[in-house]
Amino acid sequence: MSEQQTATAQKTVVFDIQRQDTATSSSYTERFEIPYRPNMNVISALMEIRRNPVNAKGEKTTPVNWDMNCLEEVCGACSMVINGRPRQSCTALVDQLTQPIKLEPMRTFPVVRDLIVDREFMFDSLKRIKAWVPIDGTYDLGEGPRMPERKRQWAYELSKCMTCGVCLEACPNVNDKTNFMGPALMSQVRLFNAHPTGAMNKDERLATVMADGGITECGNSQNCVVACPKGIPLTTSIGAIGRATTIQMFKNFFGSDHQVD
Amino acid sequence: MSKETDFFLRRLHSLLGVIPVGLFVAQHLVINHFATRGEEAFNNASNFMGNLPFVFFLEWFIIYIPLMFHAFYGVYIAFSAKYNVGNYGTFRNWMFTLQRFTGVFLVIFIAWHVYETRIQKALGTEVDFNMMADILSNPLMLVFYIVGVLSATFHLANGLWSFCVTWGLAQSPNSQKIVSYITIIVFLVLSVIGVQALLAFV
Repeated sequence: MSEQQTATAQKTVVFDIQRQDTATSSSYTERFEIPYRPNMNVISALMEIRRNPVNAKGEKTTPVNWDMNCLEEVCGACSMVINGRPRQSCTALVDQLTQPIKLEPMRTFPVVRDLIVDREFMFDSLKRIKAWVPIDGTYDLGEGPRMPERKRQWAYELSKCMTCGVCLEACPNVNDKTNFMGPALMSQVRLFNAHPTGAMNKDERLATVMADGGITECGNSQNCVVACPKGIPLTTSIGAIGRATTIQMFKNFFGSDHQVD
Repeated sequence: MSKETDFFLRRLHSLLGVIPVGLFVAQHLVINHFATRGEEAFNNASNFMGNLPFVFFLEWFIIYIPLMFHAFYGVYIAFSAKYNVGNYGTFRNWMFTLQRFTGVFLVIFIAWHVYETRIQKALGTEVDFNMMADILSNPLMLVFYIVGVLSATFHLANGLWSFCVTWGLAQSPNSQKIVSYITIIVFLVLSVIGVQALLAFV
């Protein structure tokens, strides 16, 4: 082994990981010091800990639990709070992080174990806002209206949302004192209301975000748009839903005899 | 709280902050500015405002009821947030935080200010230039009033911004930035008017 390789092998990476053994037990921080390898990301470091679960004091411990799936920042499963900011651990490169690297679960959601959280709240909210295009009928409904290509390209940006929960974690108004569904969900309402077939149920989606946990819980701190790993224009979506609900409110109040359009 | 009422209460809170409370604050600061023209000018303006026709109705329906709703619902909003400027030190997150901090401070400041002026008037004390000069002769009170006026002008200016966003007037980042610049000007102009008036009593 050359001298350079020896030096590399001795270099270590220090992690302070907030751990929690069960959903109800209290949390504690455990330090790990693992050998450095070039181009490491947080997940490969966690894999190293799993391979050899020994903490910085040299004591044998349980391997750290975390969630992951795609490893290319499109699924959202490996989201956690890294050095104070929520993000995906697969694209968090060790070389770009200040050490000791602090890992915490996204406590906006219930913690299952260690860094694993339960994002069920978001999936339930997606059901509440009807985040789909209804095409089922008792008979073949035929083709829906065409979506203009330029609109499709724009809508594609909103459709990049992977329900990772990072914007909810960054939002000061998503917490246990409010029922706010979160910025991502407001953007999903805009996405499905923009779809020509989805728009056939737009008043139902607006009614949901005009109810408890909806758009009015937003306080415009605009952390969401800074935090979003996919660069989704969340605050523009929130503004658009603000406008749409304003119009819907007047419509409801002054009593149209129809809801859509 | 039932489901739909949340939306209406929050929108009402946003609307009342601008109309009538915001308009009243601007008008109040402008009338105060008569103090820079001397004791007599201020007393005349103060008497004019205090003896408007239907003043009882105007006070309750344009000031007290909307202000109390805005204040108490606002305290509820302020205490339901989890502040995180430590992790997100962006301009907007600071504005979000300051909006809520100034709001809570204003509840205290305005309660004290109403006690010292309007309630004393109801108890028979004359509200005039001398009363304010007396209050502001205490340097601590002068600082308290300056912080109070600046909190009010900030809360109003930044509230105008979030009003525009909440109701969907300003959607795109660019339009929101332009509204930011306009509200910064509103803040500066009202602050100068308000603080000049305070200093005229000293």
